[in-house]
Amino acid sequence: MEWDWQFVIESLPTLWQGVVVTIQATALGSVLALTVGLFLAIMCRSPNWFISQCSKWFIEFVRGTPLLVQLYFLFYILPDVGILLSPLVAGVIGLGLHYGTYTAEVYRAGIDNIPKGQWEAAKAVNLTKSQTWKEIIIPQAIPPMIPALANYIIAMFKETPLLSAITVLELMNQARSLSNFHYRYLEPMTMVGVFFLLISIPSVIFLRRLEQRYARPHH
Amino acid sequence: MQQWLGYLELILDGAVLTVQLTVLGCALALFMAFVAGLARMSKFRILRILATTYIEFFRGTSIFVQLFWAYFVLPLAGIPVSPFIAGVLALGLNVGAYGAEVVRGAVQSIDKGQKEAGLALNLTPWQRMRHIILPQAVVVMLPTFGNNAIELLKGTAVVSLISLADMTFQSQVVRAQTGSTAMPFLTILVLYFAIAMVISTTVRTLEKRLSDGLDVTK
Repeated sequence: MEWDWQFVIESLPTLWQGVVVTIQATALGSVLALTVGLFLAIMCRSPNWFISQCSKWFIEFVRGTPLLVQLYFLFYILPDVGILLSPLVAGVIGLGLHYGTYTAEVYRAGIDNIPKGQWEAAKAVNLTKSQTWKEIIIPQAIPPMIPALANYIIAMFKETPLLSAITVLELMNQARSLSNFHYRYLEPMTMVGVFFLLISIPSVIFLRRLEQRYARPHH
Repeated sequence: MQQWLGYLELILDGAVLTVQLTVLGCALALFMAFVAGLARMSKFRILRILATTYIEFFRGTSIFVQLFWAYFVLPLAGIPVSPFIAGVLALGLNVGAYGAEVVRGAVQSIDKGQKEAGLALNLTPWQRMRHIILPQAVVVMLPTFGNNAIELLKGTAVVSLISLADMTFQSQVVRAQTGSTAMPFLTILVLYFAIAMVISTTVRTLEKRLSDGLDVTK
Protein backbone atom coordinates (compact mmCIF):
# COMPACT_ATOMS: atom_id res chain seq x y z
CA MET A 1 0.00 0.00 0.00
CA GLU A 2 1.30 3.42 -0.97
CA TRP A 3 1.74 6.23 1.53
CA ASP A 4 -0.70 8.98 0.56
CA TRP A 5 0.49 12.46 1.56
CA GLN A 6 -2.73 14.08 0.35
CA PHE A 7 -4.70 11.96 2.82
CA VAL A 8 -2.21 12.79 5.57
CA ILE A 9 -2.70 16.52 5.06
CA GLU A 10 -6.48 16.17 4.90
CA SER A 11 -6.60 14.20 8.13
CA LEU A 12 -4.38 16.56 10.13
CA PRO A 13 -7.19 18.83 11.43
CA THR A 14 -9.16 15.84 12.75
CA LEU A 15 -6.08 14.33 14.36
CA TRP A 16 -5.25 17.70 15.89
CA GLN A 17 -8.61 17.71 17.71
CA GLY A 18 -7.60 14.36 19.16
CA VAL A 19 -4.19 15.71 20.19
CA VAL A 20 -5.88 18.48 22.17
CA VAL A 21 -7.99 15.96 24.10
CA THR A 22 -4.95 13.72 24.66
CA ILE A 23 -3.06 16.67 26.17
CA GLN A 24 -6.03 17.67 28.33
CA ALA A 25 -6.38 14.14 29.66
CA THR A 26 -2.65 13.94 30.42
CA ALA A 27 -2.57 17.32 32.18
CA LEU A 28 -5.65 16.68 34.33
CA GLY A 29 -4.62 13.07 34.96
CA SER A 30 -1.16 14.16 36.17
CA VAL A 31 -2.57 16.69 38.62
CA LEU A 32 -4.89 14.03 40.00
CA ALA A 33 -2.16 11.36 40.11
CA LEU A 34 0.25 13.65 41.96
CA THR A 35 -2.43 14.54 44.52
CA VAL A 36 -3.88 11.04 44.97
CA GLY A 37 -0.36 9.63 45.35
CA LEU A 38 0.44 12.10 48.12
CA PHE A 39 -2.71 11.19 50.04
CA LEU A 40 -2.07 7.46 49.59
CA ALA A 41 1.53 7.87 50.77
CA ILE A 42 0.39 9.76 53.87
CA MET A 43 -2.32 7.17 54.56
CA CYS A 44 0.26 4.37 54.30
CA ARG A 45 2.24 6.07 57.07
CA SER A 46 -0.83 6.48 59.26
CA PRO A 47 -0.42 5.20 62.85
CA ASN A 48 -3.91 3.72 62.48
CA TRP A 49 -3.27 0.09 61.48
CA PHE A 50 -6.55 -0.21 59.57
CA ILE A 51 -5.98 2.87 57.41
CA SER A 52 -2.39 2.00 56.57
CA GLN A 53 -3.24 -1.60 55.67
CA CYS A 54 -6.21 -0.57 53.55
CA SER A 55 -4.20 1.92 51.55
CA LYS A 56 -1.36 -0.58 51.07
CA TRP A 57 -3.78 -3.18 49.70
CA PHE A 58 -5.51 -0.59 47.54
CA ILE A 59 -2.14 0.31 46.00
CA GLU A 60 -1.25 -3.36 45.45
CA PHE A 61 -4.61 -4.10 43.88
CA VAL A 62 -4.69 -1.13 41.51
CA ARG A 63 -1.10 -1.79 40.42
CA GLY A 64 -1.86 -5.44 39.78
CA THR A 65 -4.85 -4.93 37.49
CA PRO A 66 -5.09 -3.45 33.98
CA LEU A 67 -5.89 0.23 33.52
CA LEU A 68 -8.29 -0.71 30.70
CA VAL A 69 -10.45 -2.80 33.05
CA GLN A 70 -10.37 -0.08 35.69
CA LEU A 71 -11.61 2.37 33.07
CA TYR A 72 -14.46 0.02 32.13
CA PHE A 73 -15.24 -0.32 35.81
CA LEU A 74 -15.52 3.45 36.28
CA PHE A 75 -17.33 3.99 33.04
CA TYR A 76 -19.92 1.21 33.31
CA ILE A 77 -20.45 0.72 37.03
CA LEU A 78 -20.62 4.25 38.40
CA PRO A 79 -23.74 5.11 36.34
CA ASP A 80 -25.42 2.08 37.97
CA VAL A 81 -24.98 3.66 41.38
CA GLY A 82 -26.24 7.00 40.11
CA ILE A 83 -22.97 8.76 39.29
CA LEU A 84 -22.98 9.92 35.67
CA LEU A 85 -19.57 10.92 34.40
CA SER A 86 -18.61 12.16 30.98
CA PRO A 87 -16.16 9.76 29.28
CA LEU A 88 -13.30 12.25 29.65
CA VAL A 89 -13.93 12.72 33.38
CA ALA A 90 -14.14 8.96 33.92
CA GLY A 91 -10.92 8.60 31.93
CA VAL A 92 -9.10 11.27 33.92
CA ILE A 93 -10.19 9.67 37.21
CA GLY A 94 -9.00 6.29 35.95
CA LEU A 95 -5.61 7.64 34.90
CA GLY A 96 -5.28 9.63 38.12
CA LEU A 97 -6.09 6.70 40.40
CA HIS A 98 -3.95 4.23 38.47
CA TYR A 99 -0.87 6.41 38.31
CA GLY A 100 -1.58 7.78 41.80
CA THR A 101 -0.64 4.35 43.15
CA TYR A 102 2.67 4.62 41.31
CA THR A 103 3.44 8.16 42.52
CA ALA A 104 2.51 7.06 46.06
CA GLU A 105 5.49 4.69 45.97
CA VAL A 106 7.74 7.54 44.80
CA TYR A 107 6.60 9.76 47.66
CA ARG A 108 7.01 6.90 50.12
CA ALA A 109 10.54 6.12 48.97
CA GLY A 110 11.43 9.82 48.93
CA ILE A 111 10.31 10.30 52.52
CA ASP A 112 11.86 7.03 53.72
CA ASN A 113 15.18 8.05 52.20
CA ILE A 114 15.54 11.01 54.53
CA PRO A 115 18.10 9.90 57.12
CA LYS A 116 16.73 9.30 60.59
CA GLY A 117 19.19 11.86 61.97
CA GLN A 118 17.22 14.62 60.27
CA TRP A 119 14.09 13.74 62.23
CA GLU A 120 16.09 13.49 65.43
CA ALA A 121 17.86 16.78 64.82
CA ALA A 122 14.51 18.48 64.20
CA LYS A 123 13.27 17.07 67.48
CA ALA A 124 16.42 18.17 69.27
CA VAL A 125 15.98 21.79 68.20
CA ASN A 126 12.38 21.60 69.33
CA LEU A 127 10.60 21.97 65.97
CA THR A 128 6.92 21.14 65.92
CA LYS A 129 5.66 18.29 63.75
CA SER A 130 4.46 20.62 60.98
CA GLN A 131 7.69 22.64 61.09
CA THR A 132 9.68 19.43 60.76
CA TRP A 133 7.74 18.42 57.65
CA LYS A 134 7.72 21.89 56.11
CA GLU A 135 11.25 23.05 56.84
CA ILE A 136 13.28 19.86 57.07
CA ILE A 137 11.73 16.83 55.42
CA ILE A 138 9.82 18.10 52.36
CA PRO A 139 12.57 20.40 51.00
CA GLN A 140 15.01 17.49 51.06
CA ALA A 141 12.60 14.81 49.89
CA ILE A 142 11.14 16.56 46.84
CA PRO A 143 14.16 17.07 44.51
CA PRO A 144 15.15 13.38 44.24
CA MET A 145 11.48 12.52 43.53
CA ILE A 146 11.19 14.82 40.52
CA PRO A 147 12.70 12.52 37.84
CA ALA A 148 10.66 9.52 39.03
CA LEU A 149 7.43 11.53 39.07
CA ALA A 150 8.17 12.92 35.61
CA ASN A 151 8.78 9.36 34.41
CA TYR A 152 5.29 8.30 35.48
CA ILE A 153 3.69 11.34 33.86
CA ILE A 154 5.33 10.37 30.56
CA ALA A 155 4.12 6.80 31.07
CA MET A 156 0.61 8.10 31.65
CA PHE A 157 0.76 10.19 28.51
CA LYS A 158 1.64 7.10 26.48
CA GLU A 159 -1.29 5.18 27.98
CA THR A 160 -3.93 7.81 27.10
CA PRO A 161 -4.94 5.90 23.90
CA LEU A 162 -6.73 3.47 26.25
CA LEU A 163 -9.31 6.19 26.85
CA SER A 164 -10.57 5.55 23.32
CA ALA A 165 -12.06 2.29 24.67
CA ILE A 166 -14.47 4.33 26.79
CA THR A 167 -15.36 6.57 23.83
CA VAL A 168 -13.16 9.56 24.66
CA LEU A 169 -12.37 11.26 21.35
CA GLU A 170 -8.63 11.46 21.89
CA LEU A 171 -5.96 11.01 19.22
CA MET A 172 -6.25 7.22 18.87
CA ASN A 173 -10.02 7.36 18.58
CA GLN A 174 -9.89 10.09 15.93
CA ALA A 175 -7.34 8.02 14.00
CA ARG A 176 -9.54 4.93 14.25
CA SER A 177 -12.60 6.76 13.00
CA LEU A 178 -10.60 8.24 10.11
CA SER A 179 -9.30 4.75 9.27
CA ASN A 180 -12.71 3.17 9.39
CA PHE A 181 -14.30 5.95 7.37
CA HIS A 182 -11.72 6.03 4.57
CA TYR A 183 -10.70 2.40 4.96
CA ARG A 184 -7.05 3.43 5.08
CA TYR A 185 -5.16 2.25 8.14
CA LEU A 186 -1.54 2.90 7.19
CA GLU A 187 -1.41 6.69 7.54
CA PRO A 188 -3.58 7.36 10.63
CA MET A 189 -2.07 4.50 12.68
CA THR A 190 1.47 5.45 11.71
CA MET A 191 0.85 9.09 12.51
CA VAL A 192 -0.40 8.23 15.99
CA GLY A 193 2.81 6.28 16.57
CA VAL A 194 4.95 9.09 15.20
CA PHE A 195 3.16 11.65 17.37
CA PHE A 196 3.85 9.66 20.54
CA LEU A 197 7.49 9.12 19.54
CA LEU A 198 7.90 12.85 18.77
CA ILE A 199 6.80 13.71 22.30
CA SER A 200 8.23 10.85 24.30
CA ILE A 201 11.76 10.70 22.85
CA PRO A 202 12.52 14.36 23.70
CA SER A 203 10.90 13.70 27.09
CA VAL A 204 13.38 10.90 27.73
CA ILE A 205 16.26 13.28 26.97
CA PHE A 206 14.69 15.90 29.24
CA LEU A 207 14.28 13.24 31.92
CA ARG A 208 17.99 12.32 31.77
CA ARG A 209 18.79 16.01 32.34
CA LEU A 210 16.45 16.08 35.32
CA GLU A 211 18.13 12.97 36.71
CA GLN A 212 21.55 14.57 36.44
CA ARG A 213 20.36 17.79 37.96
CA TYR A 214 18.55 16.25 40.91
CA ALA A 215 20.80 13.28 41.43
CA ARG A 216 21.51 12.74 45.08
CA PRO A 217 24.99 14.07 45.85
CA HIS A 218 27.20 11.17 46.92
CA HIS A 219 28.64 11.63 50.36
CA MET B 1 -26.84 -19.15 40.39
CA GLN B 2 -26.63 -21.80 37.67
CA GLN B 3 -26.60 -18.99 35.16
CA TRP B 4 -23.72 -17.17 36.88
CA LEU B 5 -21.65 -20.34 36.78
CA GLY B 6 -22.14 -20.47 33.02
CA TYR B 7 -20.93 -16.92 32.65
CA LEU B 8 -18.05 -17.57 35.01
CA GLU B 9 -16.98 -20.40 32.73
CA LEU B 10 -16.95 -17.97 29.82
CA ILE B 11 -14.68 -15.64 31.78
CA LEU B 12 -12.40 -18.52 32.76
CA ASP B 13 -12.07 -19.45 29.06
CA GLY B 14 -10.83 -15.91 28.58
CA ALA B 15 -8.46 -16.31 31.51
CA VAL B 16 -6.78 -19.21 29.70
CA LEU B 17 -6.06 -16.97 26.72
CA THR B 18 -4.83 -14.19 29.00
CA VAL B 19 -2.38 -16.63 30.63
CA GLN B 20 -1.23 -17.93 27.23
CA LEU B 21 -0.59 -14.39 26.01
CA THR B 22 1.26 -13.57 29.23
CA VAL B 23 3.49 -16.65 29.08
CA LEU B 24 4.35 -16.32 25.37
CA GLY B 25 4.74 -12.54 25.67
CA CYS B 26 7.10 -12.97 28.63
CA ALA B 27 9.16 -15.55 26.72
CA LEU B 28 9.59 -13.16 23.77
CA ALA B 29 10.24 -10.24 26.11
CA LEU B 30 12.92 -12.17 28.01
CA PHE B 31 14.64 -13.13 24.78
CA MET B 32 14.53 -9.58 23.41
CA ALA B 33 15.67 -8.14 26.75
CA PHE B 34 18.88 -10.19 26.72
CA VAL B 35 19.56 -9.75 23.00
CA ALA B 36 18.99 -5.97 23.02
CA GLY B 37 20.46 -5.40 26.48
CA LEU B 38 23.71 -7.19 25.65
CA ALA B 39 23.84 -5.68 22.14
CA ARG B 40 23.58 -2.26 23.70
CA MET B 41 26.90 -2.88 25.48
CA SER B 42 28.55 -4.45 22.45
CA LYS B 43 31.87 -3.15 21.16
CA PHE B 44 30.37 -3.01 17.65
CA ARG B 45 28.83 0.37 16.97
CA ILE B 46 26.21 -0.96 14.58
CA LEU B 47 24.84 -3.38 17.19
CA ARG B 48 24.66 -0.60 19.76
CA ILE B 49 22.77 1.66 17.35
CA LEU B 50 20.34 -1.11 16.39
CA ALA B 51 19.65 -1.97 20.01
CA THR B 52 19.19 1.66 21.04
CA THR B 53 16.80 2.27 18.15
CA TYR B 54 14.74 -0.79 19.08
CA ILE B 55 14.63 0.21 22.75
CA GLU B 56 13.71 3.86 22.23
CA PHE B 57 11.21 3.02 19.51
CA PHE B 58 9.27 0.53 21.58
CA ARG B 59 9.48 2.50 24.81
CA GLY B 60 8.30 5.64 23.04
CA THR B 61 4.80 4.36 22.34
CA SER B 62 2.38 2.20 24.27
CA ILE B 63 1.48 -1.46 23.72
CA PHE B 64 -1.92 -0.30 22.50
CA VAL B 65 -0.52 1.82 19.65
CA GLN B 66 1.97 -0.91 18.70
CA LEU B 67 -0.73 -3.56 18.74
CA PHE B 68 -3.00 -1.57 16.44
CA TRP B 69 -0.14 -0.82 14.14
CA ALA B 70 0.89 -4.48 13.98
CA TYR B 71 -2.68 -5.62 13.48
CA PHE B 72 -3.78 -3.10 10.85
CA VAL B 73 -0.61 -2.09 9.03
CA LEU B 74 1.50 -5.27 8.83
CA PRO B 75 -1.14 -7.12 6.74
CA LEU B 76 -1.05 -4.21 4.28
CA ALA B 77 2.66 -4.83 3.86
CA GLY B 78 1.87 -8.43 2.93
CA ILE B 79 2.69 -9.85 6.37
CA PRO B 80 -0.41 -11.70 7.53
CA VAL B 81 -0.72 -11.57 11.31
CA SER B 82 -3.49 -13.16 13.33
CA PRO B 83 -4.75 -11.14 16.30
CA PHE B 84 -2.98 -13.60 18.61
CA ILE B 85 0.39 -13.21 16.87
CA ALA B 86 -0.03 -9.43 16.79
CA GLY B 87 -0.74 -9.53 20.52
CA VAL B 88 2.30 -11.64 21.40
CA LEU B 89 4.53 -9.50 19.15
CA ALA B 90 3.36 -6.17 20.58
CA LEU B 91 3.52 -7.38 24.19
CA GLY B 92 6.86 -9.15 23.87
CA LEU B 93 8.63 -6.46 21.88
CA ASN B 94 7.32 -3.65 24.08
CA VAL B 95 8.16 -5.22 27.43
CA GLY B 96 11.41 -6.58 25.99
CA ALA B 97 12.53 -3.00 25.35
CA TYR B 98 12.01 -2.16 29.02
CA GLY B 99 13.72 -5.42 30.01
CA ALA B 100 16.76 -4.59 27.86
CA GLU B 101 17.47 -1.58 30.05
CA VAL B 102 17.17 -3.79 33.13
CA VAL B 103 19.68 -6.27 31.69
CA ARG B 104 22.10 -3.47 30.86
CA GLY B 105 21.73 -1.85 34.28
CA ALA B 106 22.23 -5.15 36.10
CA VAL B 107 25.29 -6.19 34.09
CA GLN B 108 26.86 -2.79 34.62
CA SER B 109 26.15 -2.94 38.34
CA ILE B 110 28.41 -5.99 38.77
CA ASP B 111 31.67 -5.05 40.43
CA LYS B 112 34.52 -4.38 38.01
CA GLY B 113 36.79 -6.67 39.96
CA GLN B 114 34.71 -9.62 38.74
CA LYS B 115 35.52 -8.85 35.13
CA GLU B 116 39.17 -8.30 35.96
CA ALA B 117 39.31 -11.61 37.80
CA GLY B 118 37.83 -13.26 34.71
CA LEU B 119 40.49 -11.61 32.56
CA ALA B 120 43.21 -12.74 34.92
CA LEU B 121 41.96 -16.33 34.63
CA ASN B 122 42.20 -16.05 30.85
CA LEU B 123 38.47 -16.57 30.25
CA THR B 124 37.08 -15.54 26.86
CA PRO B 125 34.59 -12.63 26.83
CA TRP B 126 31.74 -15.11 26.33
CA GLN B 127 32.91 -17.30 29.25
CA ARG B 128 33.23 -14.22 31.46
CA MET B 129 29.71 -13.17 30.62
CA ARG B 130 28.23 -16.66 30.89
CA HIS B 131 29.95 -17.93 34.03
CA ILE B 132 30.96 -14.83 36.00
CA ILE B 133 28.81 -11.78 35.20
CA LEU B 134 25.38 -13.14 34.26
CA PRO B 135 24.85 -15.51 37.21
CA GLN B 136 25.29 -12.53 39.50
CA ALA B 137 23.45 -10.03 37.30
CA VAL B 138 20.37 -12.23 36.90
CA VAL B 139 19.70 -11.98 40.64
CA VAL B 140 19.78 -8.18 40.35
CA MET B 141 17.43 -8.29 37.34
CA LEU B 142 14.80 -10.57 38.86
CA PRO B 143 12.76 -8.12 40.99
CA THR B 144 12.39 -5.67 38.10
CA PHE B 145 11.66 -8.52 35.69
CA GLY B 146 8.83 -9.52 38.02
CA ASN B 147 7.37 -6.01 37.80
CA ASN B 148 7.77 -6.07 34.02
CA ALA B 149 5.93 -9.38 33.83
CA ILE B 150 3.04 -7.86 35.77
CA GLU B 151 3.04 -4.86 33.40
CA LEU B 152 2.86 -7.35 30.52
CA LEU B 153 -0.06 -9.16 32.15
CA LYS B 154 -1.86 -5.83 32.49
CA GLY B 155 -1.00 -5.05 28.87
CA THR B 156 -2.76 -8.20 27.66
CA ALA B 157 -6.13 -6.52 28.33
CA VAL B 158 -5.73 -4.35 25.22
CA VAL B 159 -5.90 -7.37 22.90
CA SER B 160 -9.63 -7.42 23.68
CA LEU B 161 -9.83 -4.32 21.46
CA ILE B 162 -8.73 -6.31 18.41
CA SER B 163 -11.46 -8.86 19.13
CA LEU B 164 -9.26 -11.47 20.76
CA ALA B 165 -11.40 -13.31 23.33
CA ASP B 166 -9.28 -12.76 26.43
CA MET B 167 -10.61 -12.18 29.94
CA THR B 168 -11.48 -8.52 29.33
CA PHE B 169 -13.26 -9.34 26.07
CA GLN B 170 -15.29 -12.10 27.74
CA SER B 171 -16.31 -9.77 30.55
CA GLN B 172 -17.66 -7.36 27.93
CA VAL B 173 -19.60 -10.25 26.39
CA VAL B 174 -21.06 -11.10 29.79
CA ARG B 175 -21.91 -7.44 30.37
CA ALA B 176 -23.69 -7.24 27.02
CA GLN B 177 -25.63 -10.46 27.64
CA THR B 178 -26.65 -9.90 31.25
CA GLY B 179 -26.69 -6.14 31.58
CA SER B 180 -24.83 -6.63 34.83
CA THR B 181 -21.65 -4.59 35.13
CA ALA B 182 -20.40 -5.25 38.64
CA MET B 183 -20.20 -9.04 38.40
CA PRO B 184 -18.07 -9.42 35.25
CA PHE B 185 -15.71 -6.53 35.94
CA LEU B 186 -15.17 -7.29 39.62
CA THR B 187 -14.55 -10.95 38.76
CA ILE B 188 -11.86 -10.20 36.22
CA LEU B 189 -10.24 -7.54 38.42
CA VAL B 190 -9.85 -10.20 41.12
CA LEU B 191 -8.58 -12.75 38.59
CA TYR B 192 -6.00 -10.33 37.16
CA PHE B 193 -4.85 -9.54 40.67
CA ALA B 194 -4.59 -13.25 41.50
CA ILE B 195 -2.42 -13.87 38.42
CA ALA B 196 -0.26 -10.88 39.35
CA MET B 197 0.20 -12.33 42.84
CA VAL B 198 1.26 -15.67 41.36
CA ILE B 199 3.86 -13.88 39.24
CA SER B 200 5.29 -11.87 42.13
CA THR B 201 5.41 -14.90 44.45
CA THR B 202 7.12 -17.02 41.79
CA VAL B 203 9.71 -14.33 41.14
CA ARG B 204 10.39 -13.94 44.85
CA THR B 205 10.91 -17.70 45.28
CA LEU B 206 13.17 -17.78 42.24
CA GLU B 207 15.14 -14.86 43.61
CA LYS B 208 15.76 -16.66 46.90
CA ARG B 209 16.86 -19.81 45.13
CA LEU B 210 19.21 -18.07 42.69
CA SER B 211 20.84 -15.86 45.30
CA ASP B 212 21.81 -18.91 47.37
CA GLY B 213 25.56 -18.96 47.78
CA LEU B 214 25.98 -15.59 46.07
CA ASP B 215 27.48 -12.70 47.95
CA VAL B 216 24.49 -10.42 47.40
CA THR B 217 23.76 -7.99 50.17
CA LYS B 218 20.11 -7.12 50.38
